Amino acid sequence: MTIAEIQARVKEVGARKVVEEAITRARADAKHAVLEVIETRALKRADEVDAKLQKGENAGRLAGVPFLAKDNILTFDSKTTASSHMLENFEAPYQATVIEKLEAEGAICVGKTNLDAFAHGGSTENSYFGPTKNTYDDERVAGGSSGGSAVAVATGIVPFALGSDTGGSIRQPASYNGVVGLKPTYGSVSRYGVVAMASSTDVVGPITTSVEDARLVLDVIKGVDERDGTTIEIEPLLSTDKKLKIGVIRQCFGEGVDESVVRTTNETIEKLKAAGHTVDEVDLPTFRHALAVYYIVVPAELTSNLARYDGIKYGTQKDGADLTTVYEASRSAGFMDENKRRILIGNYVLSSGYYDAYYRKAQTVRTLIINEFNKAFSEHDILLSPTAPTPAFKLGENTGDPLQMYLADMMTVPASLAGVSAISVPAGTTETGLPVGVQLIAPMRQDSVVLSAAQQLEALC
Amino acid sequence: MSSISIDDVKKLAGLSALMVTDSEAAALVEQLNEILGFVEQLNDVDTTGVEPTYQVTGLENVWREDELIDYNLSREALLKNAPDSQDGQIKVKRVLT
Repeated sequence: MTIAEIQARVKEVGARKVVEEAITRARADAKHAVLEVIETRALKRADEVDAKLQKGENAGRLAGVPFLAKDNILTFDSKTTASSHMLENFEAPYQATVIEKLEAEGAICVGKTNLDAFAHGGSTENSYFGPTKNTYDDERVAGGSSGGSAVAVATGIVPFALGSDTGGSIRQPASYNGVVGLKPTYGSVSRYGVVAMASSTDVVGPITTSVEDARLVLDVIKGVDERDGTTIEIEPLLSTDKKLKIGVIRQCFGEGVDESVVRTTNETIEKLKAAGHTVDEVDLPTFRHALAVYYIVVPAELTSNLARYDGIKYGTQKDGADLTTVYEASRSAGFMDENKRRILIGNYVLSSGYYDAYYRKAQTVRTLIINEFNKAFSEHDILLSPTAPTPAFKLGENTGDPLQMYLADMMTVPASLAGVSAISVPAGTTETGLPVGVQLIAPMRQDSVVLSAAQQLEALC
Repeated sequence: MSSISIDDVKKLAGLSALMVTDSEAAALVEQLNEILGFVEQLNDVDTTGVEPTYQVTGLENVWREDELIDYNLSREALLKNAPDSQDGQIKVKRVLT
């Protein structure tokens, strides 16, 4: 279901009816993609849109279009749980800038989607409320951490959903469920009102069924926000069909990459060549170390961001004999095992005596990764790789082995560390019908290039 | 780089305001050492003369006017999420004992 199709339906039956239909689909969700439905506020806003439309007034670029937001994005008239016990009953007193911007264009938030608790994970199995199932196979994972958003779009509940991407959390679940997932340039979208994970890579972006829809949603949510001092402007999102110079990242075809992924990616490359694009291989030797950098930098940043959860101002509180015990009991009860692992790793790599060996070293290797990207972009418009090394894996397959779980992010984390724009586009399926996505990467601020390339690729697949 | 012991895990847990049981600590020792073993590959990367990158936008000192922004929030709305409050204040256990 595309945004244009929903807009046609709004024209036909009105926003209220369209929103009611989306809510009915959200309530019938069989995959556990949706955590909560927002009904009262959504219907009230639908009526406001209908009133404007009846008067012939401009109701916005997304008038009456229902959407879902990952449950780490603050919304009115709902809980914002981050899929955690810690925030199980948290009701945000204000809304995220991205929600305000979408509402200003007439879009209507009809609910919240499942994620790995605090967005720590790549399968949505770390959700306190239980996993989301893959769109194509109930025994397989949705991917993550924006698994609920990807499945909600893939199963046709809403035409678009918001996710957040710290190391692949939009792109990888999009790949696993056969939808489009855009990680915009770092800083291009405000994070005001988004539960913080790793502040140097977190970015909010859309999951959609078409590249055109991703462009439209990004165009609405992007922009400098006085309430988020890390925001920057990107280049205008113009569409072009100029032939591209594409670099295929050689380091993404080694050990651990599933045969079906290699085949689908190679088929895509052949289609791009046949369509007149120039394709060659490019070497990014430090790419293979990106995951190690990521699992130092991100725990270091998130352990600081999660220090605020003390069970006092908001969140789950457990009683104890003294204040320290209250903190410890609340945090121990409120966080999942993966949250705790990452907090501990983060504090370890930042601790006296290890800071230089781990944290500073990782940030230095990060510079090398950025330099290699810059060199590759001096010779190519766009870089291409698979989005993930495998199609969706089985539920429970990696839960006992954190490191194995981390490997699912190996192809998405380099773009996160470099802050560049990246997208996952459905490219094909495995012999058993599981979707496989291809990732396209362009320099910072060139989201227009990523979107134009993705649109051309989409037309070929 | 060294490996983490069970005492290290307990000390880290204390620094992180987390409680870990003995059996949790034993599992964590194994998992954390596996992760740290994985990231030690960075020792193989020559970073001589390379500066670290802590953020990618290059923004520095983003200023705004020092003025009050009205968030239109009531005290009740802000206290609603506090687990324990009284007389319009968040209640905390005694800090100095």
